[in-house]
Amino acid sequence: MSPFYFAVAILAVGLAFPNFVRGENTPRVIEIQAKKFEFTPNEIHLKLGEPVVLRLKSLDRKHGFKVTELGVDAVIKPGAATDVALIPQKKGTFHFHCSVFCGSGHEGMTGVIIVD
Amino acid sequence: MKKKDFDRREFLKLSGIGAGAVFASSLGVFPKKLGGNSIWAAGENADFYFLQLSDTHWGFEGPKVNPEAKVTLKKAIQTVNSLKFKPDFIVFTGDLTHTTDDDKERRRRLREFKEIVQGLEIKNLRFLPGEHDASLDEGLAYKEVFGETYYTFTHKGIHFIALDNVSDPAGNVGDVQRNWLKAELNKLPKDVPIVVLTHRPLFDLMPDWDWATKDGKQVVDLLMPYKNVVVFYGHIHQENHHMTGHISHHSAQSLIFPLPAPGSVPKKAPIPWDAAHPFRGLGFRSIEEEKQKAAEIKEWPVVKA
Repeated sequence: MSPFYFAVAILAVGLAFPNFVRGENTPRVIEIQAKKFEFTPNEIHLKLGEPVVLRLKSLDRKHGFKVTELGVDAVIKPGAATDVALIPQKKGTFHFHCSVFCGSGHEGMTGVIIVD
Repeated sequence: MKKKDFDRREFLKLSGIGAGAVFASSLGVFPKKLGGNSIWAAGENADFYFLQLSDTHWGFEGPKVNPEAKVTLKKAIQTVNSLKFKPDFIVFTGDLTHTTDDDKERRRRLREFKEIVQGLEIKNLRFLPGEHDASLDEGLAYKEVFGETYYTFTHKGIHFIALDNVSDPAGNVGDVQRNWLKAELNKLPKDVPIVVLTHRPLFDLMPDWDWATKDGKQVVDLLMPYKNVVVFYGHIHQENHHMTGHISHHSAQSLIFPLPAPGSVPKKAPIPWDAAHPFRGLGFRSIEEEKQKAAEIKEWPVVKA
């Protein structure tokens, strides 16, 4: 699947969002917490065409957030949020997983983005 | 039998082809004829074989997956020691131990593993780390016990390159090691046989299951100008054979639990133990290198029938 199904940007917190104009187009921010060995929430519902920012935070150690189908691969460090800006352009279910080995439960640290 | 009398057909006969064993020939591991000048010195006998053992996960506990976890490696060692014709050397392609957050326990498992494999009659052993050994401390404990995580050696004209794609927990080989690899490759003629040993696949086998190396394509691009390259790796706990251009990639079975075929189930999880068929899906591999011929691969069970 092509990453063109989404418009994606990985941003550091505090930087301007070049793809969005604040005001009526201000993106909805969805916070996702990562800790050994789960994401909370691990099921994220988005609406087609709705600009959103996934605000990724780690509660313990370094983790990763990879959505292969969308070409997203972000590192989440403790003490600093990582923002991933998305504009869903296709309906479907997109799997994500931790892409930084974090221990014995790493393999099961997964979730889904569902675009309705 | 003297080494010079080593006969391939007899080796194949004695190695017990059949009875569940998988024998893969003509995999394009090396071209049958290298062409041009032989890379082997005149008169040198290049016929030999080596073994690949992988993903032993020493310290793993999970009775539903492998109730024999404490003896599987030891049984495999017995099988290796029982081989009539001895390999020249044995490589362990990572995940020697099962991961633990406890630094002391990690070191204990690594040292215990090293002690257990001293039971192998063959003393020429080569080790590589897997992410379970090295990712949580970026290879610190592994290096204390086994030394460098990437290196080269030459055996009877074949150049072996061990690559570390696990000390970075994100699964990169990294700039430093790729620059080292480039410098090592620059020393070699383009037609030298090269065997790359690594843990993760160097191609995108199944990135959603972490079955990839992030900068694997850059590594493969460095290898691409070389005519005779084969990669042996572990990580995925099953056989898999893949080509990237003329470079072949062969994963080995595990010695702890099998995993499902790439993408065959929604969620990756170990295949449960089958009491009716103990050790099914587990095993090790021999790779026979014969001068001027394609290499031959054979899969061995943990316990000989």
